[in-house]
Amino acid sequence: MRTRTFVVAGVVVALLIAGVAGYFASANPDGLEYVAEQVGFADSAEDSATADSPLSDYQVEGVDHKALSGGLAGVVGALVVLLVVGGLTYVVRRKDRD
Amino acid sequence: MHVPDGFLDAPTSIATGVAAAGALGLALRKARGELDDRTAPMAGLVATFVFAAQMVNFPVGLGTSGHLLGGALAAVLVGPWTGLLAVSVVLIVQALLLADGGITALGTNITLLAIAGVVVGWFVFRGLQRVLPKRLGLVPVLAAVSALVSVPAAALVFVGLYAVGGTAPVPLDGLLAAMLGWHTLIGIGEAVITGLVVGSVVAIRPDLVYGARPVLRRRELEIRQGHRTGTEAAA
Repeated sequence: MRTRTFVVAGVVVALLIAGVAGYFASANPDGLEYVAEQVGFADSAEDSATADSPLSDYQVEGVDHKALSGGLAGVVGALVVLLVVGGLTYVVRRKDRD
Repeated sequence: MHVPDGFLDAPTSIATGVAAAGALGLALRKARGELDDRTAPMAGLVATFVFAAQMVNFPVGLGTSGHLLGGALAAVLVGPWTGLLAVSVVLIVQALLLADGGITALGTNITLLAIAGVVVGWFVFRGLQRVLPKRLGLVPVLAAVSALVSVPAAALVFVGLYAVGGTAPVPLDGLLAAMLGWHTLIGIGEAVITGLVVGSVVAIRPDLVYGARPVLRRRELEIRQGHRTGTEAAA
């Protein structure tokens, strides 16, 4: 399989996962949250400064359908990661091999 | 395992922020040596996949869940320095865009998930690879084992940071036992996902797996006699 085909297929799979993950993911607290409750320091958590951002908590502000909103937020986040890391590696990579 | 704001005090958060910035600066320089025509396109894919996979919380029992951290996975697929960059960008985007993990805790989260996850994952992987038979089929297995170890290791680093700069006083032995116990369970999920993903890439394009290079190199240098090259055949 050509590298380009492989990478494009992989990105499509990743975007699909990001799009449906919120629907299937366990809503239970994760290991650290659970331990914080159990051991007794969960209350020291503060809201993030970005808690009011339009994509906060993997929900798109203004989109009321929960699964759709979560899927959109996941796909947008994944695309931003792809662009930033793709751009970064393009700048950083060795040029002498071209 | 994303740490929210408020768990750790300001001096500790600043210290982890400095450590994270230093590690990122070093990784930007060192990643150049890892990024060639094969790894460069993989870096964006691996980061995107880690972001997506971190959204998939899997249940680990008693009303607790966990998700992939991805440090070991990224290190094996694209190399430790590029992997550190990739996981760090995931954490930065999560904190800034999705309010997942605190802002003052960003350095802490990079220290735990990117630095500890990648460093422990990579050293376990390479350590085992050195002493075990050089077989391609072992690469996914070693990746899974290194992933398994990396999660409780990151949890251990959190307990260390909490011992130094935790804001609420809690019994540290209880914190240590609870963090290690739950994150060993989560580590099993990390191992399964990492093993399956690395195994899939090894099956399709083993040359795209950075951690498989020492095992593949001999094969690449193989000289076959009696086969005419394309140019000779054309001539």
